[in-house]
Amino acid sequence: MPGTNAKTLLREMIRIRVAEETVARYYPEQEMRTPTHFSIGQEAVSVGVCQALERTDVAFSGHRCHGEYLAKGGSLLGMFAELYGRVDGCCKGRGGSVHLNDPSVGMVASSAILGETMATAVGSAWAFKMDGQPRVAVTFFGDGVCEEGIFHEALNFAAVKQVPVIFVCANNGLSTNTPLDVRQPKGNQIWKWAAGYGMPSVLIDGNDVFAVYDAAVKAVEHCRSGAGPSFIEATTFRARVHVGFETDDMKGYRFRSREAVEAGMALDPVARATTELVAKGVCTEAEVAAWTEAYERELEEVVAAAKASPFPSPDELLVGTY
Amino acid sequence: MRRLKYHQAISEATIQCMERDPNIFVAGIGVKDAGGMFGTTEEAEARFPDRVHDIPNCENAFAGITIGAAAVGKRPLVVHPRNDFMFLATDMLINLAAKWKYMYQNGTSVPVVTRGVVGRGWGPGATHSQSTHALFGHFPGLYVATPAFPADAKGLLVSALTGDVPVIILENRAVYELEEHVPEEMYSIPFGKARIIREGTDVTIVGASLMAYEAKRAADILSEQGISAEVIDPRSIRPLDEETILASVRKTGHLVVADTSWATYGFAAEVAAIAAEKAFAELRAPVRRVTLPDGPAPVSKPLEDIFHPTPMSIAQACIEVLRTDVQVGHVADVQAAFAGPY
Repeated sequence: MPGTNAKTLLREMIRIRVAEETVARYYPEQEMRTPTHFSIGQEAVSVGVCQALERTDVAFSGHRCHGEYLAKGGSLLGMFAELYGRVDGCCKGRGGSVHLNDPSVGMVASSAILGETMATAVGSAWAFKMDGQPRVAVTFFGDGVCEEGIFHEALNFAAVKQVPVIFVCANNGLSTNTPLDVRQPKGNQIWKWAAGYGMPSVLIDGNDVFAVYDAAVKAVEHCRSGAGPSFIEATTFRARVHVGFETDDMKGYRFRSREAVEAGMALDPVARATTELVAKGVCTEAEVAAWTEAYERELEEVVAAAKASPFPSPDELLVGTY
Repeated sequence: MRRLKYHQAISEATIQCMERDPNIFVAGIGVKDAGGMFGTTEEAEARFPDRVHDIPNCENAFAGITIGAAAVGKRPLVVHPRNDFMFLATDMLINLAAKWKYMYQNGTSVPVVTRGVVGRGWGPGATHSQSTHALFGHFPGLYVATPAFPADAKGLLVSALTGDVPVIILENRAVYELEEHVPEEMYSIPFGKARIIREGTDVTIVGASLMAYEAKRAADILSEQGISAEVIDPRSIRPLDEETILASVRKTGHLVVADTSWATYGFAAEVAAIAAEKAFAELRAPVRRVTLPDGPAPVSKPLEDIFHPTPMSIAQACIEVLRTDVQVGHVADVQAAFAGPY
């Protein structure tokens, strides 16, 4: 949270990385029967922003929501039991991978339909403004959302009403498997679209967790001061396929070239932050290894607990309807 | 007995709810225009100027914005002066609001209330005179109310603004000037509870929204010919009060369903299916649907005059179902006194 230290940023990224690698390891068992979009490679965006928030601030995400759910403080068992469709899942097995949420930590909702949660975040922020609450709403989305009409509707509304919302675009260059040059005008810069609505808008290296954190702190300050919305475009790299655990090489580099993938993988935010902090003497490699191992042990327990959690009973099929 | 017009009843419900609950706000495109949404929001704006919001054109985002506001405790009341524009909000209402409570299972709900006004007559044409009730009624997770009378308009809006369910309320413009006794106190009418507007023994007429009023007028002219029609206004089409409809069908053995929309996959089809599934043995004749011709609404007056169901076309359907050949009288068009353009 604000005042967070560099070690925490790295450690939080490792938590997400280990969690998702654990998902990847168990996914082929076909027991997590929910289409899953991995955040691996994009952890710096989730962690850098969420660490700049208070617990009372709220966050929304899209279909690739594991990173944000965990970064905002969502529980590992809530996520894993959800992937296994069990009653201990954060949605009790009714939401699945793309709908992770935990209102108790301010992770209000994730949604699979592009752009929906841009609008909901604006709505929460508008509510905070109406009530004079010094809270901030953040919405995470990808470059694909920026082509939707709702992107522009949400930015326009937020700018007109000057609500405390932070738009965080994790630009990984792909919408499913369609590259940017097929989808947006040549040379387009998403952050400039937002700047056109008169809000502060920055382009940052989304694989540099410290840069993300710094940008987020500024954006949060801006919002909390009552100065209205702001926008962060964070360039990043999706290390896995659109949906599923596989890496590009397992798919024969069908959608991205080997060179592009190798260049992207070289930007890995976890490795990068580790190298930087070790070089600066902030932490040691042994410390990082110890955190990783501790998370790995915890995750094995989480998987066991998730698998031991019961399925919802058939007579609960319609719980939550009316 | 104090009488109110339909739009005045909506206004009164809005204000009484806003007085009780500071989290309620009213918003919509042009909501502060002169006239205040046909008289439904003007007084609310005068009383609570900070809680009535004009907004940019963004039906899609705005439906989501209200969901996000509701998720953190607000109670938005959205007004669409033309319900046809709600097609732009369908993703949010159907994919998110309707599924929220089930999909997230975390005890939160998003009780967004969306009012849409359905156009009728005076040439609003294909995109301004259709009703979205069957569309929204199809999806689990939304309540859809179709009040036809002032007292119901008030009570159903109070229910919507005090409940924890996303509600769509569709109000036909043609009933906006109807006037009847409306109790002054704040009261609620539950969803899923139909009202028998007129008791009868020969034929059951079910009609939602404007068609409840037209069915009542049809029953009046039928009664002049010695035919006793029972008229049922479901008041909400989801949840739908099947029991009241079925009890009436079992009594009369004949069913006519009138609707402001098309037959195919519509509200009339749903009521007919319920009767066929659950009261088949008691039906003494096939069910008849009185709906729109299977095309978009025209503008030209002679075409528009034959487009919408009328008391006469409903009465004629009853006569055919009953296999009699009486002639019914004529009543004036429901919008005969309407002065355009808006």
